[in-house]
Amino acid sequence: MSKVPKKHFKLVSGLFLIVLGMFAFGFALVPIYNSLCKTLGINGKIGGQAVPYDNVVVAQDREVTVEFVATQTSTMPWLFYPKVKKMTIHPGEVARLAFYAENQTDHRMTVQAIPSVTPGIAAKYIKKTECFCFTQQTLNGHEGMEMPLLFHLDLDLPAEVKTLTLSYTLFDITDRVN
Amino acid sequence: MSQVDAHDISHDDHGPEQGSGVIGFIKRWLFTTNHKDIGTLYLWLAMFSFFVAGAMALVIRAELFQPGHRFVDPNFFNQMTTMHGLIMLFGVVMPAFTGMANWQIPMMIGAPDMALPRLNNWSFWLLPFAFTLLGSTMFHSGGGPNFGWTMYAPLSTTYAPPSTDFMIFSVHMMGLSSIMGSINIIATILNMRAPGMTMMKMPMFVWTWLVTAFLLIAIMPVLAGAVTMMLADRHFGTTFFDAAGGGDPILFQHIFWFFGHPEVYVLVLPAFGVISEVIPTFSRKPLFGYHFMVYATGTIAFLSFVVWVHHMFTTGVPLGAELFFMYTTMLIAVPTGIKVFNWVGTLYKGAISFETPMLFAIAFVILFTIGGFTGLMLALVPADYQYQDTYFVVGHFHYVLVPGVIFALMAATYYWLPKWTGHMYNECLGKWHFWLSVISVNITFFPMHFLGLAGMPRRIPDYALQFTNFNMIATIGAFIFGFSQLLFLYNVLSTVRSGQKVGDKVWEGGTGLEWTLSSPPPYHSFTTPPEITPSLFKHDY
Repeated sequence: MSKVPKKHFKLVSGLFLIVLGMFAFGFALVPIYNSLCKTLGINGKIGGQAVPYDNVVVAQDREVTVEFVATQTSTMPWLFYPKVKKMTIHPGEVARLAFYAENQTDHRMTVQAIPSVTPGIAAKYIKKTECFCFTQQTLNGHEGMEMPLLFHLDLDLPAEVKTLTLSYTLFDITDRVN
Repeated sequence: MSQVDAHDISHDDHGPEQGSGVIGFIKRWLFTTNHKDIGTLYLWLAMFSFFVAGAMALVIRAELFQPGHRFVDPNFFNQMTTMHGLIMLFGVVMPAFTGMANWQIPMMIGAPDMALPRLNNWSFWLLPFAFTLLGSTMFHSGGGPNFGWTMYAPLSTTYAPPSTDFMIFSVHMMGLSSIMGSINIIATILNMRAPGMTMMKMPMFVWTWLVTAFLLIAIMPVLAGAVTMMLADRHFGTTFFDAAGGGDPILFQHIFWFFGHPEVYVLVLPAFGVISEVIPTFSRKPLFGYHFMVYATGTIAFLSFVVWVHHMFTTGVPLGAELFFMYTTMLIAVPTGIKVFNWVGTLYKGAISFETPMLFAIAFVILFTIGGFTGLMLALVPADYQYQDTYFVVGHFHYVLVPGVIFALMAATYYWLPKWTGHMYNECLGKWHFWLSVISVNITFFPMHFLGLAGMPRRIPDYALQFTNFNMIATIGAFIFGFSQLLFLYNVLSTVRSGQKVGDKVWEGGTGLEWTLSSPPPYHSFTTPPEITPSLFKHDY
């Protein structure tokens, strides 16, 4: 085997390191993306943490319309809808409502609800005291349940946000749980 | 492998070692480490893939000739759009330019061969296996990948056919191949230049390939990572792109386009290099603004890493990001404009003659610029909301890729084929090929802009009645274009086999080291470093 000249070896090793670095960078994009979205609150994701409701001032002079949407994927054989389609609340005021979910299959299923907020920028101003999305929900076949949601809007919600939409999508995680 | 050692040292001008019979033939091409042999292999692979992926395009156009269900079912239609895109990118344009790099770079910088010949052999021979794997998906139960070449999750994870795993491994192999090819090209250019061939004396084709190779080693690993995550989501229970487990499908688009946008410049930068060789030759003038061409190439490569979100304006990214990526995208028009200006500047007051390579090069400058302008339209956020996912986008990127990149490949082939084979191609047939191509390419892709503006979505096998006329025109153009390429195939084949003998300097206006070698050049290009004199260059330095 002919010898690879030293200068090639040095250069190629360097280039190979770039390749490895970029492969790692591709994976590093996952945490980078997640933490960027979380800090800047830009992809409409809400943290899965309950926020206690105390000492909150209610901004009586301001009203915000909140719309509720339940997204059904075609592969989810559940009935799922909000009991109230929309409500108008003051920032700081507690909103209380429920989503109805019913397992329309014959077998026991576990689901996870994933929230999303439009406009995305409003996501970090929704403070949830209680949400069915914090935990996994298990229902037997043909069993129905009202799932509670308690939240309030932060007073710092940007003034241009007059309407926001809170959407939930159910995902079947039965396989993953078992 | 003492045999190779021996012929590295002994030698003067001898041809390849070839045993007798079929076995000898196979061994020669399978084990070759010669840059010209490997270049030839790359180019024939590209030629073959060009007709395969072109046939797929004709299936797409045939289905779209009239509204309604015509020839193929929608799932097969989607497989055709996916495979057409993947093969044209990874099987045609990239191998073709790598083949040209293999042939030309050692000759242009005064080197005997590529820096790492064995790696070169491996880079090429991965590809036929990668494409066999990719092609085999069409025959799997459930069909081949049907989610578009962009492989968006969850279409490529939750909802994809089982054959997707084969596509993923095939992408891994292609990535490996082009990473190794790029490392080899960088090592050749940085370490193997003849004494006196400084960086700023290198021909533009070499420069653009150097930049392209760096782009490739930066982005192909990211694509490999993205498809690996797809594979993990499909089989190993991860949820990188699955919202149910805390992942995000939008993340896939970010990772994909972080690869995908620089990839666009991987395809087009070597094309810029070719045009920067062809236009000075047939204008009999040095390239106007060589230094600016080099800097513009570097600038385009840098900017290509900070524009990717313009593919995702409608995914709900924040306004600030939309503005940032809109401005960076429009900024790319500046270095690209410099290039177009310099080509026109080279033509200005030149003693121009219109041989086939020059015709393709001039068509490139004009038609690529049209594709560039529609790109600027797409960069505008408010307008993009209207154009997103319509035929306007299809029209735009086919203008930069077909009369852009493919025409540059044609120009390069006609330009260098006499050097490679020692035979002149048939000029009359070449002109027929050019005129049929340039007319039909516009018949095919120009109406697509109107269709898109009128609201026809991409990637659909059927459409509303009012789109019929323009679709019929596009289909007719596509068939003329497709069959015109047979002239090209015939011309190349007959030039390889026979034809009028040419001298060392095939083109009167040709300058540069490759024209100091015989036609065809010796098996090992420059065994002793050539002398670098100012008269060798197309540019002032």
